[in-house]
Amino acid sequence: MTATIKINGEECSVSEGTTLLSACREQGIDIPTICNAENLSPVNTCRVCVVEMEGSRTLVPSCSRQAAEGMVIATHSDRVRRSRRMVLELLASSVDLSRSEADLLGWIDEYEADSSRHSSGDNLDPPATVAQPVKLQDSLYVRDYSRCVLCYKCVQACGEEAQNTFAISVADRGFAATISTEFDTALPDSACVYCGNCIGVCPTGALIFTTEFELREAGEWNEEQQKVTRTVCPYCGVGCNLELRTQDETIVRVTSPSDHEVSHGHLCIKGRFGTGFVKTEPDTES
Amino acid sequence: MELLSRTAQATAEELSAIAGVLGERTEQSSPRLKRRGASRRTLLLPVLHALRDEVGYISEGAVQEISEQLEVARADIYGVASFYALLPTEPQPSTTVHVCVDMACRFTGGQRLVDDLRETTGDGGEGDIAIHESPCLGQCENAPAAYIERTGDSRFSLTGTTTKKILESLKSTDASSPDASDATNQPLRAYSIGEAQLLRRIGIPPKLASYGDFYALRAALENGPEWVLENLEASQLRGRGGAAFPTAIKWRGVAEARESVRYVVANADESEPGTFKDRLLLENDPFSLIEAMVIAGFVTGAQKGYIYVRDEYPLACARIEQACSEAVTAGLLGNQPAGGDFSFHIELRRGAGAYICGEETALFNSIEGYRGEPRSKPPFPTESGLFGKPTLVNNVETFANVPLILNPKKTGAEETVAQETGAEEFIQVGTEQSKGTRLFCVSGACEYPGTYEAPLGTPLSDLLEEAGATESARVLLGGAAGAFVSQDQHDVPLSFEDTSAASLTLGSGAVIVIDPKADMSDLLGRITDFFADESCGQCVPCRVGTVRQKESVARIRTNGSDPTELALLDDLDAVMTDASICGLGQTAASAIRSARHTKIFK
Ligand SMILES: Cc1cc2nc3c(=O)[nH]c(=O)nc-3n(C[C@H](O)[C@H](O)[C@H](O)COP(=O)(O)O)c2cc1C
Ligand code: SF4
Ligand code: SF4
Ligand code: SF4
Ligand code: FES
Repeated sequence: MTATIKINGEECSVSEGTTLLSACREQGIDIPTICNAENLSPVNTCRVCVVEMEGSRTLVPSCSRQAAEGMVIATHSDRVRRSRRMVLELLASSVDLSRSEADLLGWIDEYEADSSRHSSGDNLDPPATVAQPVKLQDSLYVRDYSRCVLCYKCVQACGEEAQNTFAISVADRGFAATISTEFDTALPDSACVYCGNCIGVCPTGALIFTTEFELREAGEWNEEQQKVTRTVCPYCGVGCNLELRTQDETIVRVTSPSDHEVSHGHLCIKGRFGTGFVKTEPDTES
Repeated sequence: MELLSRTAQATAEELSAIAGVLGERTEQSSPRLKRRGASRRTLLLPVLHALRDEVGYISEGAVQEISEQLEVARADIYGVASFYALLPTEPQPSTTVHVCVDMACRFTGGQRLVDDLRETTGDGGEGDIAIHESPCLGQCENAPAAYIERTGDSRFSLTGTTTKKILESLKSTDASSPDASDATNQPLRAYSIGEAQLLRRIGIPPKLASYGDFYALRAALENGPEWVLENLEASQLRGRGGAAFPTAIKWRGVAEARESVRYVVANADESEPGTFKDRLLLENDPFSLIEAMVIAGFVTGAQKGYIYVRDEYPLACARIEQACSEAVTAGLLGNQPAGGDFSFHIELRRGAGAYICGEETALFNSIEGYRGEPRSKPPFPTESGLFGKPTLVNNVETFANVPLILNPKKTGAEETVAQETGAEEFIQVGTEQSKGTRLFCVSGACEYPGTYEAPLGTPLSDLLEEAGATESARVLLGGAAGAFVSQDQHDVPLSFEDTSAASLTLGSGAVIVIDPKADMSDLLGRITDFFADESCGQCVPCRVGTVRQKESVARIRTNGSDPTELALLDDLDAVMTDASICGLGQTAASAIRSARHTKIFK
């Protein structure tokens, strides 16, 4: 079944049930997204992808709203642009986005989101942020929730959408809401199995490999000198694809392509972290 | 690596609290964790309540135990408990006093009461009493109010209270009647303009004997579901929970749904600041709600109904429980109610301190044992609601109108049953688009605060006069999510269409009267705090927007306003109203916007 909808005045026909986001992208229209990922079901919480829909009192999230016959959509009206700018401003003023994906940083410029508008005078408390100490609890990866936009992706990836471990959830509510293990237990004592799937989906650098964290903290992280090599995980017969990011011949991050038909971007502890052997010299003595 | 490494052990006391809800533990070999579809997950909130009531808090050991028994991950359980204000995850003093600091209680010294109690009790120190500031407790007509939880003992409300009364009530050993200011003995303060319909049983003991038979149910059984639907349609009844949606469309939607398992839910979460009318009905006329729900079960084909009552209404909970068991005994609820060929059971569920759980889809998540985060709509509840099934959800007052519509003969004799219905009589009252009466909760600066039943379309000024408010009083209509009424709007007819035309809303029926000399700046600050505290945190516009709004208003309160600051407030209003997932974020800027329009706040 196809549906005819109108996007920015142009009629187009899409298959019923596709999201407005895909419909727009098919038309070559760029819409920002933060909480949306192609390998996870939409949670529509960031609201940066909103569009205007005739007959709707409020804007609608394009990432989850399905196209239906006769819909009339505006993707870049002033009203839409204002909400997007504000969403980006609200995030940029409360979260450290400096290690975010390039897209996100690009939209902040494009929409002229100015987080400094939310700062206070000297006589008042500074505006609230989500700043908190970095969680360095093991040698594999680091959790820095000062950089968390609460996109829910890691919770989905740890749960039924990939890993089925449920080591983390959203805890507390409102502005205090944060990703957490039970009672904020340290990761090694939690149910975490170190598959790293949460790292793979995090858009803001809140979850990163310890190798990457250390290089960045030392000011030695240098993307220009890095290489990405695609290979197949050697551990078992499933055939997950790996993307090994290296700097100075050292693996600094392991990801998996989200469009790969076997792994859908998700791996296990071996593929994700078991790369130490790559640099181990063969033991020639024995 | 073991998936479920044991981290902590539940104590004997905790095990007993857990067993009270889940039954004795059955041995399980390595339970599988599921998020969706863990069949007993819906027992999560009840078991967390049992721990709070009996042990005082939810410990790591208890979470471990529940995790194994319900097959829900520890992190998930912690995520749920930490969502709710009334489910602490750390040890608590044996007594917690929640003092209301909203609206009516604020005007009568709620904040001072908090400070005073903190000083006298040491707040969590040796006195073993914790003092918490609470959002509106729904006792505004008898302000100031407090809600008290005593671990292993009781929960009760105190109204018209003082530090002395609170401390005395805590000394009393007879938990069931702690003090004369206990809500059980509070003045009812129920009034009507014109003939009382919904309030006609207030003051009569809430016993089945005084309610009489379920005549409307019998009429429904005799004439069939279609007859009920046609009468609801003819009555033009619209929802009283806030959104004013035509009730008949929902009933028909569920009745004609494709799936056969369906649910009926009564929304008794009543947490909009300044709202207390549902409490009055729950406590004093529980049978009209029960009868309406049984009729809904008959019409929609649902076999199960839930009443979701906010936790701060212990008396309402007790009376509903009592009334349900009386109705079951009398054969009016349960299997084949009133001899009908169907069954309908009601389960009471307690909220746990979260305004957002009044939003219907958040309420479903709460019953199912998830965090009370609203779902995105569509799909709407009539299609996919509680447990993903077609669900009819109505406000308590909406339900209370149903027996009235089906059977106007108030305590009618058997013979008159089913001859004529009340739909025609019902539409005699009200305006073009707003039929029937409405319960208005008048509180604050007036002589006679209370619940007023008035025909829809009654001018606000009439209501204010009845309540003994001065002409210069300010009014916040519809609660924190509502709007301030400007002086020249005081004669606005209280109907859906007239308020909407005036950029106002009836909302939950809250009419908060404010002394013209009151500290408005303080009140606006409190309103912005309320939304920031109650946001579920799911979406960015509301999670961060409510905090930024609060900060901006604080800056204006301290430094005065300037065009940059006001432009910022406008932008925050736009993004929250336009891009939030649910009604909380969408109305979080409403009161502030109207305060600016009415020049309360420049
Ligand atoms: C933040 C929020 C809180 C709400 N609280 C309540 C409530 O306490 N009681 C209620 O009946 N409806 C409440 N509602 C409205 C419900 O979502 C829903 O519309 C209502 O229960 C439907 O019943 P009705 O059609 O009988 O009005 C709330 C909505 C929002 C957005
Ligand atoms: S590493 Fe895997 S198991 Fe651990 S929190 Fe992340 S997704 Fe969950
Ligand atoms: S840690 Fe990353 S993936 Fe998880 S919610 Fe935060 S930003 Fe999203
Ligand atoms: S608007 Fe607020 S309360 Fe509603 S879903 Fe968003 S964050 Fe939660
Ligand atoms: S991408 Fe649609 S709401 Fe986040």
